Amino acid sequence: MAAVLPPQAAPHEFLRARTRWHPLEIVFWLSTLLPFVVVPEYLQLASQIAIAALFAISLDLILGYAGIVSIGHAAYFGLGAYTAGILSKHGIGEPVVLLVLGAIVAGVVGYASSFIIARFRHLALIMITLGICLMFYEAANLAGWLTGGADGLQGIKIGPLAGTFKFDLYGKTAYSYSLIVLFLCFLLARRLTHSPFGLSLRGIRENAVRMPAIGAPSDAHIRKVYTIAAAIAGIAGAVLAQTTSTVSLEVLGFQRSADVLVMLIMGGAGKLYGGILGSIVYMVARDQFSGINPQYWYFWIGLMMVLVVMYLPNGLLGGLEKLTARWRRSPT
Amino acid sequence: MLGPIAGILFDGFAYGMLLFLLSVGLSVTLGMMNFINLAHASFGMLGGYVAVTLMQHFGWPFLATLPAAFVIAAAVSMVLERVMFRRMYRATDLDQTLLTIGVVFMSIAGAAYFWGTVQQPVAVPDYLSGAFVVAGVNIARYRLFLIVVALVIVAVLIAGLEWTRFGAQVRAAVDNQRMARGLGLDVDRAFSLTFALGSGLAGLGGALAIAMVGLDPGFAFAYLIYVLIVVSVGGLASIGGSFVAASLLGISDMAGKYYVPQLGSFLIYLVMVGILMWRPTGLFGKR
Amino acid sequence: MSETVLATRGLRKNFGSLVVAGDINIELPRGARHALIGPNGAGKTTLINMLTGMLQPDAGQIMLEGADVTGLKPAARVHRGLVRTFQINTLFPRLCAIEAVTLAICEREGHARNWWRRLPVYRDAVDEAYAILASLQLGADCTRVTRELAYGQQRLLEISLALAAKPRVLLLDEPAAGVPRSESSALFQAIAGLPADITVFFIEHDMDIVFKFASRIIVLVGGRVLVEGAPSEIAADQRVREVYLGHGKHG
Repeated sequence: MAAVLPPQAAPHEFLRARTRWHPLEIVFWLSTLLPFVVVPEYLQLASQIAIAALFAISLDLILGYAGIVSIGHAAYFGLGAYTAGILSKHGIGEPVVLLVLGAIVAGVVGYASSFIIARFRHLALIMITLGICLMFYEAANLAGWLTGGADGLQGIKIGPLAGTFKFDLYGKTAYSYSLIVLFLCFLLARRLTHSPFGLSLRGIRENAVRMPAIGAPSDAHIRKVYTIAAAIAGIAGAVLAQTTSTVSLEVLGFQRSADVLVMLIMGGAGKLYGGILGSIVYMVARDQFSGINPQYWYFWIGLMMVLVVMYLPNGLLGGLEKLTARWRRSPT
Repeated sequence: MLGPIAGILFDGFAYGMLLFLLSVGLSVTLGMMNFINLAHASFGMLGGYVAVTLMQHFGWPFLATLPAAFVIAAAVSMVLERVMFRRMYRATDLDQTLLTIGVVFMSIAGAAYFWGTVQQPVAVPDYLSGAFVVAGVNIARYRLFLIVVALVIVAVLIAGLEWTRFGAQVRAAVDNQRMARGLGLDVDRAFSLTFALGSGLAGLGGALAIAMVGLDPGFAFAYLIYVLIVVSVGGLASIGGSFVAASLLGISDMAGKYYVPQLGSFLIYLVMVGILMWRPTGLFGKR
Repeated sequence: MSETVLATRGLRKNFGSLVVAGDINIELPRGARHALIGPNGAGKTTLINMLTGMLQPDAGQIMLEGADVTGLKPAARVHRGLVRTFQINTLFPRLCAIEAVTLAICEREGHARNWWRRLPVYRDAVDEAYAILASLQLGADCTRVTRELAYGQQRLLEISLALAAKPRVLLLDEPAAGVPRSESSALFQAIAGLPADITVFFIEHDMDIVFKFASRIIVLVGGRVLVEGAPSEIAADQRVREVYLGHGKHG
């Protein structure tokens, strides 16, 4: 028990324990390598899951941590995807360079939008996030000379990774690449959430009224995290464009914004791993049920959303935590 | 020169009245309970399918299907309110958004399952089809009918809200819910009725919409965006605000499609974001 | 008389036709322990909201240490040492007590902009947060989540958060609201023990506590200052008696 420690040490130890790596985390990241040996025929799917997880993490930073509801987060995913796709047609073949450019474009647009986002709450905020995303969708649809419009972007040419590894049909390079990008961005997000800035974000989520009363510049915090989240979403979009060599209007669609929300909430918002878990469950389920009409697939997704909101307020991860806590308590 | 402008004004206004019927219920319920119901347009879609089914399979005349669309949409919404939405009034914005998006998805899939993904045909009776010309302006009979119906409903709503006991209760609940409860008013019951009434109007709007904009399972989402624009621009719990916002939206959408078709819906979204930035509570909103 | 730290000049605010602040002039000297009393609806919380910038006055000025802060945002006033607590708990339900207070200290010190270094690296901030919590008897429960703390402890956390901002002027809006009488005295004991150079201005309904802890009392009625004076003068004032006996409530 904490009584062994001198009283001042208890809070330090308590806070340090929260930032430490849990053995389960290490097990999880090691197990992400399993698809290479266990299901090599599913590496393309694994790559898609890693991309979805990265996108979910970027949404978690603003929604799960800062409590900013966005139903138009696909705007930044799509910007990253189109940036990478369009520039690859104009001679920039190196994937990593395209990735950085995708992040910069999405981040800059995110920064510009953040001045609007930080000012609003409730319905107006939801409408504005949706409105911005719809505007990009329409703009991409109209600018057919640049984006290919409704037919999608044609002629994407992605060079080999670091000049060596080609993106093959089996997805070996694709999954390796997506996984590395996911892990690096995850490390960044993890550092961020354990920093004083991350604590301030949770403060905004928990009580937006109190923050100014303790002297916190909430608007500036929101602008910053929104920009970072937009850049990460842009990276996720760029990786999708590179690993699949296709970009269509769908990357900016409402469906994509809604899908990532479902994955994040189903997995559990505000804990990073929730978005990853949600993406795995969602994408695997969709792959298994891909035979059925997508129209019907959305019935089950809708039902899942209703059930999660009504009965599983902290998502699957929250439910698991509760279960293990109960299991731990019962033997004593 | 005058012909096309007046024509666009007329057609746009008729379209706006359709949007008004589809959205006025959400405006009032949002103002009362602050409950973000993104499934509102799904009740409109339900009304549409009720009308189509009654006409095609049961041979009902078009006019008779309209009250049926109202009643069934209202009844279904009441059930959903009881079992689902009522528990979410104090939930966060996010939970309300997610729950109701879930209902939208289910309604879209359900419609596709029962009625297929094709556009539903609808036969408008002879006395409502065709058009006549007044001072060079082409007046479609059906659109005129739509405008008349909507104006009657606006008048009934405003009068009902202003002069009936129930209307007074609704106004009190919108103004200050805690005070209304303190005075012993059954806000939950008033809300439940308002919710049903609003959904019923959406159902009526959905039934009227088919002959003008068609009906397929995408309706619940496509018109959700228009409904949300009307509500957020018009302001919460404002019938007049919804009326003006819906008219503006209908006319500018028509004008946009006529004069700058290459911009598509981009202009509408831009105007909405612009208005919200200028007035976050809408043009006529108080809160 | 020592120097004035916080002052208002001709502060006015109307809600429609209702006057919630009509020409309020107050002066708080350094180290003051002033109480603000008045019947319900007198505009006490409105005054605090205007002083802290959560509400803009229609007219008048607010001076903090000689500088006009009327146009400053709430957060900027906090940085200048003008800090408040809330009548209704305004806390961070899912943060632990130590996290909440460390958060306030990090915001004060400008650490909150750092998104790369880990929170435990800021040892001084955590130590200071713990010291504040310990001084208000929350040391043993500092790692518990706010919403699981007892109500009385939450009231103390409310004050801890304000202290973490290193106030020069502390505005307490009914710090003991909802706390049983037996505990509220202990709470005020803690407030009385604050460093002597902090100016404390508190709203309180319990007259026993007001007379015990306040060195001076301002009586607000209908948005106007009815009278200001030492506790003995207020106790003897006929107008104050009328207001209180006439309304028949003070608690």
